[in-house]
Parts: sequence; C-alpha cells; structure tokens
Amino acid sequence: MRVGTAKESYAADEGLFKTDTQKVWFGLLMAGLLLFPLNGSNYWMFLAVLVMINVISTTGLNILTGYTGQVSLGHAAFMAVGAYTVAFFDGRFDTPVLLNLVLAGAVAAGIGYLVGLPSLRIKGLYLAIATLAASVILGFVFLNWTPVTGGLRGLNVPTATIAGIELATPDRLYWLVMPICVVMVLAAKNLFRTRVGRAFIAIRDRDISAEIIGISLFKYKLMSFAISSFYAGVAGGLWAYLFRVVTPESFPALASIFFLAAVIVGGAGTIVGGIFGAVFMTLIPEFLKLSATALVPWFPDASIYLAPVRNIIFGLLIIGFLIFEPMGLAEMWRRTRRYFALWPFRT
Amino acid sequence: MAIEFIDIVETSLAGLGTGSLMALTGVAFVIIYKATKVINLAIGEMLMIGAFVFYGFSASLALPIWASVPLTLAVSAVIGGVIERTMIRPLLKDNPVSVFMVTIGLTSVLIGVVELIWSAEPRRLPEFLPSQPVIIADAFIPSKTAYSFLIAAAAMAVLITVFSFWRGGIALRATATDRAAASSVGIDVPGVFSFSWMLAATVAALAGILVGSVGGISSAMGLFGLSVFVVVIVGGLDSILGALIAGLFIGWLEAMVGRFLGGEFKLLATFSILLVVLVVRPYGLFGTHEIERL
Amino acid sequence: MSPLHPAAPVRPPAARLDVENLSLQFGGVKALDGIDLNVAPGSITALIGPNGAGKTSAFNSISGFYKPKTGTVRLDGEDITAVPARDRAKLGLARTFQNIALFRGMTVLDNIKLGRHAHLTAGVFDAFLYWGKAKREEMELRAEVERDVIDFLELDHIRNVPVAILPYGLQKKVELARALAMRPRILMLDEPVAGMNREETEDMARAILDVREEWGVTVLLVEHDMGMVMDISDHVCVLNFGRRIAAGTPEEVRNNPDVIKAYLGSSGDPRRAAEGHAPVGEVA
Ligand SMILES: Nc1ncnc2c1ncn2[C@@H]1O[C@H](COP(=O)(O)OP(=O)(O)OP(=O)(O)O)[C@@H](O)[C@H]1O
Ligand SMILES: [Mg+2]
Repeated sequence: MRVGTAKESYAADEGLFKTDTQKVWFGLLMAGLLLFPLNGSNYWMFLAVLVMINVISTTGLNILTGYTGQVSLGHAAFMAVGAYTVAFFDGRFDTPVLLNLVLAGAVAAGIGYLVGLPSLRIKGLYLAIATLAASVILGFVFLNWTPVTGGLRGLNVPTATIAGIELATPDRLYWLVMPICVVMVLAAKNLFRTRVGRAFIAIRDRDISAEIIGISLFKYKLMSFAISSFYAGVAGGLWAYLFRVVTPESFPALASIFFLAAVIVGGAGTIVGGIFGAVFMTLIPEFLKLSATALVPWFPDASIYLAPVRNIIFGLLIIGFLIFEPMGLAEMWRRTRRYFALWPFRT
Repeated sequence: MAIEFIDIVETSLAGLGTGSLMALTGVAFVIIYKATKVINLAIGEMLMIGAFVFYGFSASLALPIWASVPLTLAVSAVIGGVIERTMIRPLLKDNPVSVFMVTIGLTSVLIGVVELIWSAEPRRLPEFLPSQPVIIADAFIPSKTAYSFLIAAAAMAVLITVFSFWRGGIALRATATDRAAASSVGIDVPGVFSFSWMLAATVAALAGILVGSVGGISSAMGLFGLSVFVVVIVGGLDSILGALIAGLFIGWLEAMVGRFLGGEFKLLATFSILLVVLVVRPYGLFGTHEIERL
Repeated sequence: MSPLHPAAPVRPPAARLDVENLSLQFGGVKALDGIDLNVAPGSITALIGPNGAGKTSAFNSISGFYKPKTGTVRLDGEDITAVPARDRAKLGLARTFQNIALFRGMTVLDNIKLGRHAHLTAGVFDAFLYWGKAKREEMELRAEVERDVIDFLELDHIRNVPVAILPYGLQKKVELARALAMRPRILMLDEPVAGMNREETEDMARAILDVREEWGVTVLLVEHDMGMVMDISDHVCVLNFGRRIAAGTPEEVRNNPDVIKAYLGSSGDPRRAAEGHAPVGEVA
C-alpha cells in the first residue's frame, strides 16, 4: 500500500524509477551495456550500434506518435536530414563530432518545426499527410540540391574522430552511440514526469479538454514535432558515422514505416516500448537473413525472397499488434512480470 | 525555345488522361472514406494488386480479355472484402489513428506479396486497347491514354448513377451521413462497410488495369497512390465530385510540370499544392467542414 | 517551513461573471438568442431548461469554444469575449463537460495534475533534465494536489488508477477534481450528477457546497436534477429555445408560469421533480 502523506513518499513516487524492481532492471541493463563489447564480435557490435541508433530514432517517433498522438509518415526523412547535416559539416568544415550531432538534431528539429506549422490549422490525420508531403519535398531537395547534398551520388562521411581517436569500427563507435542513447532515452523519460510531457499526452487523449485547461495545442504540437525530429536528426547523424555514406536512397519511405512499426510493436506511449520495438524490429531482418542462409540447401534462392518476406512481416506485425496487442511488447512484458510476481499464487 | 501551342494541347490532353485514372482511384478512396471514415493509405497498393491479378489472368494464364477483366474485378472485390473483415472491422470502433496505421501496414504487406509472387521486376500487360492513335483537331493522343480516359469516364458515370438511384448506393450515403440513424432505419451498417471496401477494391483494380496498360506494372506502381492522395485532399475526402475535378486537375498539372520543367518536379509540384490546400482549406474544395461537437 | 508545504493553499477570490445579449447560431438553428446571465461572486447559480434549450451552448460560448454571433462575456467586469479558450484557464475559468472529457490514457493523479498546467512554468529543457525548477515545481504540485484536491474529494484510493476503468460517477468526480486543480475563481459544471444514483448525487451535491464554502469560488451549473438545483442554488436562470424565460431565486422560478409551461411542454414539471427529489415511482 502506497501512502501519500509524508513528503518523502511523494519524492519516491515521483522518481525516475518508481520501484526497487525497476532500479534493479535498470542497473542490470547498464551493466549489460558496459559488458556487451566483451563479446568481441564485429558483427554483434555493428548490430548493437545499429540497434541503439534505432532506439534513439524510435524514441523520437514515440514522443510524437505514441505520446502526442500525431502520426508521422516522414520520420526517416528527418533522419536523413541529420545524416546529411553531419556529412556536410564534418566533410566540409571538419567540425567536432559532438557539435555535428547537435547540429544534426537542431537542423532536423528546425525542419520538424516547419512541418508542424500546418497544425495551426489542421488536425488529426491531415497532419500525417502533411508529413508525407514534407518527406516527398525533402526527398526532392536531397536529390537536386547537389552542391550541398551531392545529388544522386550523395556524400561520403569522414570517420568520427574524438580527441584524436578514430571511431572507425563499430566497437569504437559503440562508446559514442551508447552513452548518447542512454542519455536521450532517460531525457525522454524525464520529459513525461513534467508538465510538458503531460501536455503531450493530453493532446493525444482529448485535445478539446487540453485546450480548456490552458494547453496551447499549437505550441505543444510544434514542440513535439521539433523534439521528435531532434531525436531523428541525432540518430541520422550517428547513422552517417556508422555507414560513412549518405545518399537519397539511404532513408527510403519504407524506413518511415519501419519506425512506425517499431513504435507500435514495442508499445506506443511507453519509453520501454520504444526500446523493445527498436530492438525487435532491427533484429527481425537479421533473423530472416540467418533463416534464409540456413534454408539454402533446400531452397537455393531463398535469399531472393528476403526483401518481400521482410515487407510482409513488417506489415503483418503492425496490423497484428494493433488488433491483438495495441499496447505492444511493453504490455506483454508487464504481464509476464506480474505473472511471475504473483507466482506461485501470491497476491 | 518557344513553347508551341500544339505541345501544350497535347500535353494537356495526355494529362487529363492520367488525371481521369487518378480521379477514378480517388473515387475508390472516397467510397471507403464515406462509408467507414477510414483514410486508406493503401489505395495505391490496392490498385497495384488489381493490376497484378489482371496480369496473372491475362498473361500468366493467357485468358482472353473478356474473361480476365471480370475475373480480376471479382477477385479484387474478394480481396477488398477480406481486408475489411479481417483488418479494418476489428478496429473501426477504436480511434481513427489505429485504423490509419493498419492501412500503412497493409501497404507493406501488399508490396511484399506482389514481390513474393511476381518479383520486383517491372512487367508489361498484354496489349488489349486499340493501337490507332486518336487525333483531335491537330493534337495527337496516344491511343491507350485516350481509351483509358473513355473507360474511366464510363466507369465513373456508372458509379455516380448507381450511387444516386440504387438502394445500396443510398444506404451507403445514409451510413456516411449518420451511422446510428442509418442503422435505426434498418440499414445493415456492417454490410455497408464490407460493400464499400469491396466496391472500392474493384474500382481501384479497374484503375490499376488501365494504369498498367498505359505505363506497365511493377511493385512500385503503388506510388501512383501518392498523387491520388493529393487528389482526395484537394477535392475533399468525402466528395466524389471533388475527386473527379481534383483528379483531372492534378493529372493535368503533373503532365504540364513534367513536360515543361522536368519529371523530377512532378511530385514536388503536387505536394506543394497539397501543403497549400492543407493550410488554406484543410477540408478540400468540396469536402464537408464538420463542426466539432463537444 | 518546507517548500513542499506552503503555508496555505492559494485561494484566489471568487469571480463575478456577466453575460450580455449572447447569440449563437448553427446553420439555421438559433442555439442562443440574446441571453443575459449574471452570476454573483461566491454564489451557486443554476442554468436550467429542457433538452436542447441551449445550456451547453451557453457554456461553450462562455468558455470560448464557440464564437458567439453577438454578445459579451465579462469576468469581474473585464471583457473576455475575444480571449481564446486556452487563455481563459489562467484567468480562473474552470469547467467540466456534459460528456466526460478526461484524458483516458492517464491516471487520476495525472489528470488532476494537468489541471494546474497553466500555472506551471517549467520549459522543455528543464523537463529533459528534471532538475532544479522542473523538479521543485513537480514536488510542490504533488503536495498541493494531494492536500487540496485528492484529500478534499476523497480520491486517495484511486489516484494511480487509469481513469478509463473508473465507473461513471467517479469519472465525474475526477473531472471536478481536475477543474479544482485549475485554481478556479469560477467553476462551471455541465450536468455534474447526470446518470448518477441518489447516493452519488448527494455526495456530489455536498462536494459542490463544500467547494463553495472552503474554496470560496463561484459556481455556475447546468443540471436537470431539479431536486438538487432547488436545494443548493442561490439563483436560477431558465432557458428555453435559446431564450432566457425566467431568472430569480429557486422559489420564484419554480412558480413562474412560463417555466412550468416550458417544462410541461417538454420533459416534465420542475415542481414535481423538485418535491420528490427523485422521479415518480422510485422509492427513496
Ligand atoms: N455543434 C453543433 N452543431 C449544430 N447544432 C448544435 C451544435 N451544438 C448544439 N447544437 C444545437 O443547438 C441547440 C442547443 O443545444 P445545447 O447542446 O446547447 O442544448 P442543452 O440545453 O445543453 O441540451 P441538453 O440538456 O440536452 O444537454 C440544439 O438544438 C442542438 O441541436
Ligand atoms: Mg447540454
């Protein structure tokens, strides 16, 4: 029984992690992240970095879609903005890595803000269409603003270098991406402990009554757009350092669907949901690749079917989760934990 | 280089041809929106699957056209009904955002299915439209464009007649206006939902056959849906008339921009128009502006 | 003194509300046709009338959702007709809705906290860090909300429950709680006891009286339950077809022939409802 009279208990109740169990899980996760590089496999390190980049981006989309209720069909385009920003500044001016990443986030946030502007007049799914329009227009810019974006051929990205250390391989990049990922996810969690985050949720749940309690829909929708794009921008910047090249093909429209799927599958409107979703969705294609390789003795051209099967699975996951488990993996995880907490028959 | 008048006329006519197909697909979108209030992002992919089904009948099975077309339309109706029943209906009572996202998932599934069966290679449909070019005054119009325009126009004429006079069409309009009231006067509202998706899938498939016979088919042809999206936003999500007029307009605009500025400007132009319309007149030219009830 | 427990709750003085010549039209329907309404500071004023009389429309115009065709709304003499809905919250105009408008995905506590939104100041960067200002503000908020609202309305046992799973009566109460968290100077309640049973109704009526007593706010309410209206209000204003047909003390209004006619012509007789406190045929 939680008693809310003594002020100490409010402090605990308002904490980042409300229960000891949560603190333990967080400790375990941190320990895991610190120890993970010991596995020594380049493949796994690459995958870990990719997963964490996707966690950042998914968390960003989760803030906009899961928490604020605004569907974005252009999230990948904001990642592309971040990637191009990093490629441009690092390649052209050799500016420091962390500055480039902040710029990547800021430029993306600025454009996200612009895309959100129509929300002054339009609401609901019309806004989703505006994001679609924005991503088409951004795609046009990437392809045709050759002096800055390198046109069809794109831009090469220099190796990320911090304090003279070249982060050329995933196992080194890990130590850049991992702390950024942890900080950004915790920051997102903090956001929803305050009035700003509550205002986002209010807009999602009932925008009429949000207005009556004095929330400016316009201001907070724009803010949500900007924050979400900032996350995408930083993730895109890190992506650029990982893949070392950015072209108009780097972030196709399907990538936006990928992130929507991650939010839905993981659990819209919960921070752990974004993490689960990003991990799960990043690993699926890898798992499919492994299965295809394993099937080669029986089906020699199993790998041709990889891309279509992946598309079908992404789509079915979105549909299936929306219908059968709209709260996503996060909810399944919660149920599992509760099951074990009650086991055997404790109440 | 001066732009020749005849060039403008020919480009315009070709654009109206494409526009008629956008309008037809737009009508399919509007039918679904009217009946179920679902914004169907997968309309372009429904068009695509129709085109591929037709390819299956007419090329792979080498059936004659008079058999392939009705079979395609029938199969598409079934696909539309299955989609509605399995994916849309369970969520119709939920918020519109979920259903919208289901249609996003559907996009991905349909592309995957087509690539799985037919691969991502572009293909050509068998020739079935007369190949004699049509000449109006001095303007030369490719025959396929001209005939697909005529077929699309005929299809829309039939649809509009049906909506105005047939009982099912009236039931659909009643459901669009007020579900509860429609249901209380004995209209089978879930039936109307199913029917609207089946009809829309059929219409989209017909558009797919026409689009495919003009420009060939591929797993990327769902992109046509992007322009259709602009069409229905500009025309108003719930307005058949809006879809017709905006379809012709956007088709014409894309053709003109493509011809005189370059193909890469087509989508830029249409989507810029989309943004302007969204800001200036969010419910489109002919859409219903609903006052929110508290 | 700990910063978490400020000496006394902030109790802004009750406000006065004056509405003059308010008209509102939906297409051909004249929802409001030049109504006047004066709500004295610290009073409980009831706005009644048959279904479709325009009560909710009046509320929506006063709170800024609908833009009236003519008329002015004054809060403490200041013309607020042009102030957007969201800015009226800060002026102390708080309300509940006829169809509950809570944030369904959130807990009771978060819903109530949201009521204070306009009075908090933490920005997005404070929020990300949850440091200094944001943290202090959240702690104060929690303590105040617990003491002034949750304890007061006895919502302790459900503070962490998602509102969507609460029964109707409790949801209505949470909406009242959220409105109280807004530090209201005038509290507008649209049918606070609709759909409640007798016990819940009495509970809510007591809460409204307590709110007026302890918080010193002005209350304007719309209600069909004549028993409750006659019991707790100081002043009653009757609408019919968008016009004001009577205003005065409960006693005056009850005996006004126009009012009787309006009610007999539609849903029922206010006197009968008032005397029985419950619909005829129900055993109290
Ligand atoms: N958003 C709207 N659009 C069109 N007409 C409306 C709208 N809101 C209200 N009306 C109409 O205005 C009139 C007044 O409605 P209102 O909701 O204010 O009545 P009310 O007195 O609150 O009734 P009730 O007791 O049933 O709640 C009614 O005729 C109603 O149909
Ligand atoms: Mg009302």
